[in-house]
Amino acid sequence: MAGKGRGIAAFTFNIEALGLSRGSMPETQRGPTPLFPQIEYKPGPLKAGEDEDYMRALKQEMRGRMKDLPFNIKPHAGKGDVERYKEKYTREIKRIEDDNWTPDWNYLPKELKPQKKIIRKKRDTKTNAKVSSKDKEELLNKLDALEKKGDVKSDDEEDEAKGLKKENDEEGEEEEIEGEFDEELEEENDYIANYFEDGDDYGGGSDDNMDEATY
Amino acid sequence: MTAQEVRLCGLLLQEHFGDVVEKVGTHLIRSGVLTLRALAHETKLALDLVKKSLCVLVQHGMCTFGPGRRGPAGPVEYRINCERILHMLRYPRYIYTAKSLYGDTGELIIEEILQRGQMTMSSTVKTVADRLTHNMPEGQSMDYSEVVSAFSRLVETHFLQRCPPMASAGSSSSGAVDTSLPVVTQPAEPESNPECYKLPYINLTGQGKRRRSSEDGEDDQRAAKKAKTDNSQCGDEGIYWQVNFLRFHLHFRDQAIISAVSCKLDQTSSEIVRTMLRMSEVTTPAHAAFTQALSANEIFRSLPSNYNIARPILDQYLTLLVDDPMEFVGKTGDSGGGMYVVNLHRALANLARATLESVVQERFGSRSARIFRLLLRKRHLEQKQVEDFAMVPAKEAKDMLYTLLSENLVQLQEVPKTPDYAPSRTFYLYTVNQLPTARLLLQHCYKTIGNLIERRLYETKENKRLLEKSQRIEAILASLQATGAETAQLTEVEEMITAPERQQLESLRHHINKLDSSENQVDETIFLLESYINSTQASR
Repeated sequence: MAGKGRGIAAFTFNIEALGLSRGSMPETQRGPTPLFPQIEYKPGPLKAGEDEDYMRALKQEMRGRMKDLPFNIKPHAGKGDVERYKEKYTREIKRIEDDNWTPDWNYLPKELKPQKKIIRKKRDTKTNAKVSSKDKEELLNKLDALEKKGDVKSDDEEDEAKGLKKENDEEGEEEEIEGEFDEELEEENDYIANYFEDGDDYGGGSDDNMDEATY
Repeated sequence: MTAQEVRLCGLLLQEHFGDVVEKVGTHLIRSGVLTLRALAHETKLALDLVKKSLCVLVQHGMCTFGPGRRGPAGPVEYRINCERILHMLRYPRYIYTAKSLYGDTGELIIEEILQRGQMTMSSTVKTVADRLTHNMPEGQSMDYSEVVSAFSRLVETHFLQRCPPMASAGSSSSGAVDTSLPVVTQPAEPESNPECYKLPYINLTGQGKRRRSSEDGEDDQRAAKKAKTDNSQCGDEGIYWQVNFLRFHLHFRDQAIISAVSCKLDQTSSEIVRTMLRMSEVTTPAHAAFTQALSANEIFRSLPSNYNIARPILDQYLTLLVDDPMEFVGKTGDSGGGMYVVNLHRALANLARATLESVVQERFGSRSARIFRLLLRKRHLEQKQVEDFAMVPAKEAKDMLYTLLSENLVQLQEVPKTPDYAPSRTFYLYTVNQLPTARLLLQHCYKTIGNLIERRLYETKENKRLLEKSQRIEAILASLQATGAETAQLTEVEEMITAPERQQLESLRHHINKLDSSENQVDETIFLLESYINSTQASR
């Protein structure tokens, strides 16, 4: 702003109108205001009485209680392999409720309901398992035939079969994790599916491939 | 949603529902409206966690869903109701009001429904009866019928209302093969349901069950499981009740007006105003500017019997109330001895104004408050006039005005004499606008509560080790006492906390109590300012 003052601060308006004079300008800011500024007038005391104490106690109780309700959703903590002995008693003492809280589905859009997806996917894993077990039996028969030809080739094919099985298992597990409220039920099913598959392979493998005597 | 509101909502969600819900909620507040997939994708959380969070939020009435932008066939969109999250600050006040109006039973009913968002009548009655029985001496138990009667009274006075029913809550989920066209309907306003306050007939008799100690834990669990499956026999599935916050707010507003009158005038005048408000409770709609007109004869008849004032004295009191500059009561006619109304909106505006003045006084001193009040009354004043009217020396007046200006409590208005806005020929007037200043103060209040909560979390975190140690020791003491240990053992355990640690714990408790109390009291100011701002919007 090129002013008539030649370098001296010159304002474009009449300062007298605002009641200022050249000498009594307020201080300029020398940086951001401090985080905890000095206050000249201390704040008054809080209201203290029976009502306020009671409401404060209510607030603290409610805070504690809300943490124990099933509405308090915790991120996926790895579930312990065995339910600890003390858990049963801590749950009772703290009145922690079951994690399985089901809302009334009539009042929520259907997409929030997790049940349907699992049934479909369970069928898929089963069909996959069936298909793969059929494949495996064919492969095992092939392996029997190839045994006579040479070990190298059969090993490769066995690895392939195992690889296929692993992929299906991983898919099954992923679909299960994307799951729902009844996690325990789902885990049991998955475990059983694994068990049977292993059983098929295990029994068949040992019978057909082991030449050495069992100890 | 302002930045401070979003921050406060985040802190409240975290405190009550955990980190997952906080993340989902905050993101939804910032983005406005989102579908489920978009939400899961943007928050990078697992889909099932997002679903659970949305269920929790909808259950508590904090999230609404509706047909999306693509119409009923598109995916469902979710929207957060920020106001409802901020109501969580006021839960203790709601519960305490219910206690003062309807006793312990009412208090527990409201507490249970607030904690769970929505509940059926039968499950509320059972839970409350169990809790009351637990606190009663051995051998006594609470009958369900008493709880039912308390519940009915709450519904009759409209403190509880039914959750609005949904016509059909289908949605086109990807992959669902529906031959019929799925329709997504939004839940309607609760008041639009004609059966909003109708009690269902439930078949529920019995008494509260006492919770046994852990030895009978197995039996109790089995009994509890049985009780859950018995729910279906009560006859009121699908009818959920929620707290009617609007009714509570009207009640708080009435209380504020009555206490203001009693402070400004006297006890008798406040009783008269209380009578007037009580008489027009049911007939006045929620956002009305004044109550129904009441004649002096009616008021005289409805005064409480222990107030033996003569008829002419009542007239004098009414005249006094009408002439008072706070304008709580107005006269609208002369029939029936004089028709009087309570000016609700004006009362709220005056209460808000008093709050603003008090804030300026406490922060900047009584002379700045004088200047502020002057500007509120005289609207626009020049610098010179401010000095003269406020009787404050020029230099100090300047300082105070600039402090207020820098805090945005006072604004500068330019009034030009010439069309070219030349500064030497323009009037500069100071002015205060009540509504924007009230909004500014409201945001300050939200920031204050956010700071209080964060400080409390910080204090708790700093002393976490000490708190855990004291909790463990209390648990040990409790179990020792239960099994009947000697006093020597008890003192030994108590001495595990050293004296300085005890002192530290004590001071921590004191700080946290203070912070909690402050939150409750800042919330009272928030209520007043919010009511004022809403009343100005409603009248437009």
